[in-house]
Parts: sequence; C-alpha cells; structure tokens
Amino acid sequence: MRGHQGRTDVTAYTDGTMTTIASPTMDEQLAEPLPRPKAHIPGEPGVWIFIFGDMLVFAVLFGVFMYYRTKQPAPFDRAQSELHRSFGGINTLLLLTSSLCVVTGVRAIRARMRRVAPAMIAAALVCGCAFLVNKGLEWSDLLVHGHKPTTNNFFMYFFVLTGIHAFHLLIGMGVLVALFVFSRKETLSNLQLALVEGGGCFWHMVDLLWIVLFALLYLIH
Amino acid sequence: MIVQLTTLLKTRITAVWLGLIVATLVSWRIGTDHGLHASLATAVVLVVAFVKVRFVGVYFMELRSAPVWLRSVFEGYCLVVCTVLIVMYLAA
Repeated sequence: MRGHQGRTDVTAYTDGTMTTIASPTMDEQLAEPLPRPKAHIPGEPGVWIFIFGDMLVFAVLFGVFMYYRTKQPAPFDRAQSELHRSFGGINTLLLLTSSLCVVTGVRAIRARMRRVAPAMIAAALVCGCAFLVNKGLEWSDLLVHGHKPTTNNFFMYFFVLTGIHAFHLLIGMGVLVALFVFSRKETLSNLQLALVEGGGCFWHMVDLLWIVLFALLYLIH
Repeated sequence: MIVQLTTLLKTRITAVWLGLIVATLVSWRIGTDHGLHASLATAVVLVVAFVKVRFVGVYFMELRSAPVWLRSVFEGYCLVVCTVLIVMYLAA
C-alpha cells in the first residue's frame, strides 16, 4: 500500500503541479530525481518478487558454476583462454549505456518530455540489438572453432548461462518496446506509470546479471 | 530536446554510469593482464562486479528512494552472493 500511496504522489507532480511551483526551478527539479514525500517502491511490489526470484535463480547458477570451476581449475582456465574478452567487455559497456538511457527515459516520461523519452528508450533498444549481434558473432566464432556446449564443462556452462541471459534480454527488449509506446502517450495512469518503472527495473536486472556473468565467465582465473 | 536531455543528464546518475564504465575497464584490465596473484585478482574482480551491481540497483533501479527493507534485501543479496562466491573460490 505504501508503494501505491507513493506513486499517487508522483503522479500528482507529473499531473501539472510541477509547473506551478515557483521554487525550485524546472531545471533544478529535472537535475535531480523528483522530490518524493515518502519512500517509493519503483513499479509494483509484485515486479520485485519476480526480479528477486530471478536474481536468486541466477545466484544458484553462479554458485554451481563456481563449484565446478574450483573442481576443475586447469581445464576451465584453458577453455576460458579461448574466449575473446572484447566480446564480453563491449557487451558490458553496451548494457551499462542502455541502462543509463532507460533510467533517463523513465525520468523523461515522468517529466512528460515526449520527445526525449522515446529517443532514450529507442537508444536503449539499439544497445540491446547491438548486444545480441555481438553475442551472435561470439557464439559463431566459438562454434566455427569447434567450441561447442558438449566440448567441456566450461563451454557447457558458458553457452547455458549466456543463453539464459540472452533469453532474458530478448524479453527485456519486448518490455522496452512497451515502454517506447508508453513514452509517446499524452498521459499515463498510475498503473501505466508503475509498468514503466517496473519495466525499467527489469531491464536493469538484465544489466546487473550480465555484470556478474562477465566477471565469472571472462575475467576470473 | 537537446536542452532537456542535457538537463536530464546533469545528475548523479550520469556520474554513476561513468564510474561503472571506468570500473568495467579496470576489472577488464585486471582480468586480462595483471601483476596480481590469481586469487587476489579474482577476489578484486568479484568485489568490483558486485559493487557495480549495487550501484545499478541503488541508482538505476532507484532503490535509494525505496523503502529501507527493499533496498536492504537488494544490498544483502550483493553482499551474500559476493561473499559466498569468493569463499567458494578461496576455500578450494
């Protein structure tokens, strides 16, 4: 219920009172997050059950990967040396940049900037597409050189973990398309605003899961 | 549009993004070509990764303005998962 009350307050700001406040100025209000009288749950509380559930599943997968890595350090290191770290590094930079675009897009939606908001969400979608193209190139390169999921345990986990993550990213891109549609609307209901915030959080979850995968799969020795 | 975008980007969130980019490049370097012992390099890489995750949650997911319990669950996740992974690695 606290989340609902908080969102009502935000809607009140986006519904016009923001333009009538003499101080602080519009620029000052946009420079920092909108003032909220009380703690606010981004999106619906149910979204967070889903996000934490997904993060928990990935935490188990991270642990399983680490368990087998410590059992077979030499084969895992040899297999890892076949990866091109540039693919993983560039994808990390792409997702971080997409996250900045999404958080800026969500703030623009709240501030009713109907030109900036869709542009930011579209930029995030471009980053997501670039991630998938990069991932496709990496997988092709590995498969051409004979590194398949059946080659060894490292590549089995590599393809499974990056595959599950890519599936999440595809869902996230569908969510961003919905955000793009919302960003072009004249007004948003409380539910629609919650969906925008929740959708943004889902995309950030895809980003943070990749941050850990990049460290586990590409960087640790 | 440019003015609005510039105004939106003049915030701590953009500074956090820049910090995350720098942290990625640093851990990329540590994981590729480093003078550190492998165990220390792995621990540093994992700590940097989960600190990055924490910043994504607090600033991008806007948990800094969320109820304390929600932010605590998220930050607890970062702390516990990072610790468990490092202990698993070092104990092997």
